[in-house]
Amino acid sequence: MENAFQLAVKVNGADVAKTVEPRTHLIDFLRNDLGLTGSHIGCEHGVCGACTVLVNGEIVRGCLTLACQTHGAEVETVEGLTESGLIADLQTAFHQRNALQCGYCTPGMLVCATALLTEKPHATREEIREYLSGNFCRCTGYEAIVDAIETTAKNRAAGKQLAATNNAEAA
Amino acid sequence: MKAPSFAYERAESLARACALLHQHAGNARILAGGQSLIPALNLRLSQPDLLIDISQLNELRHITVTATELVVGALTRHADIERSADVKRLFPVLTQAAAQIAHPAIRNRGTMGGSIALADPAAEWPAATLALDMSLTLASERGERRVPADSFFKGIYETGMAQDEMLKSIHIPLPAAGTRSAFGELTRRSGDYAITGAFVTARKSGATLSATRIAFFGVAGQPLLARGAMAALDGTTGDAAAVARAQACLAADLDPIADLYNTPATKLHLSRVLLARLVAQLA
Repeated sequence: MENAFQLAVKVNGADVAKTVEPRTHLIDFLRNDLGLTGSHIGCEHGVCGACTVLVNGEIVRGCLTLACQTHGAEVETVEGLTESGLIADLQTAFHQRNALQCGYCTPGMLVCATALLTEKPHATREEIREYLSGNFCRCTGYEAIVDAIETTAKNRAAGKQLAATNNAEAA
Repeated sequence: MKAPSFAYERAESLARACALLHQHAGNARILAGGQSLIPALNLRLSQPDLLIDISQLNELRHITVTATELVVGALTRHADIERSADVKRLFPVLTQAAAQIAHPAIRNRGTMGGSIALADPAAEWPAATLALDMSLTLASERGERRVPADSFFKGIYETGMAQDEMLKSIHIPLPAAGTRSAFGELTRRSGDYAITGAFVTARKSGATLSATRIAFFGVAGQPLLARGAMAALDGTTGDAAAVARAQACLAADLDPIADLYNTPATKLHLSRVLLARLVAQLA
């Protein structure tokens, strides 16, 4: 392989060492080399958001990031988020609110919403729409997606309050 | 749409990055956040032999306030600017502008230095450098030099940087007392490139404006100072008559070119609308 790069990266908590071509996009590395096909490829020039993944806890475009740029970093995909159970409530809300039809954009939406719920746990609908503006859905028209994320935010806030009350009573 | 083949090196120091640039002059590109370069590679608009990844050069990632200026390292990301308390306190227009650059996932990687060095005529930061009278430190094997932003931009994606030079830091003079500024851009959808956008800054003593600077982006082949409009507003209170005179100057100042969706006439009209809104915000 011409211009081989020895990549060492943590993906969904597991150490991965692979030889990659420098031109390999992170999204192709995840899908083709690691078989993590949960993240999708849409436009391949940063417009649609289907390939959104987390690098060191921050959302990035998998098609605008080279695999070699993640050397030494931690990457998390929708598979990792799912297995950890951290977004089970968000996924349930998407299901209940019917926030997907074909599902192509859904992995990107879930990863983007994960970052939003961490950064702005009390996001308004307007803030949710703005944050999701880089993730295209061509089926549902966004309303149900915003609903699902808003519901998750409210449930998490209520859950935290409940936990705080319980802790106070226990003390 | 896959990128063509290229060699890749992670520079471990600024000196190494400059040495590689010198050695491969004209055939190497600096890779910072990659949010413009990688799409250009994917679309095969650019086919360099070598990418010099400078992302490990942490000394280029900082926001520092000195007695006279705010210094921003070239690798500082749009998201870092958006969240910086110092930037918000000293230059709230930069905080506002950062939030308008593409989308959160792109702001997490794209850098201020990369945007300025690329000189995309539709980007926010190149225009900000003109409006806020910034200067830029360029580094190469030959040493460093500091150039005013005023003379940096030469045309579409064209700057005064030599092939062996890279942008190291951005220097923003601290605002004089009474300085007001405003930023705005008009887009069809959130995160799109602006149809037109501008930064306006002026010093206000009493109600009178002076040292007015107006920089537009997205209208011409490079970011522009609207010098006629600036002169039309200086010494006035930014009243309706002065704004009308400034708006009239924009035809000659900007001489807009069409983009895929908007004619020069649309861009001129919207630039005039935007200018009036921004001058009103200086009050």
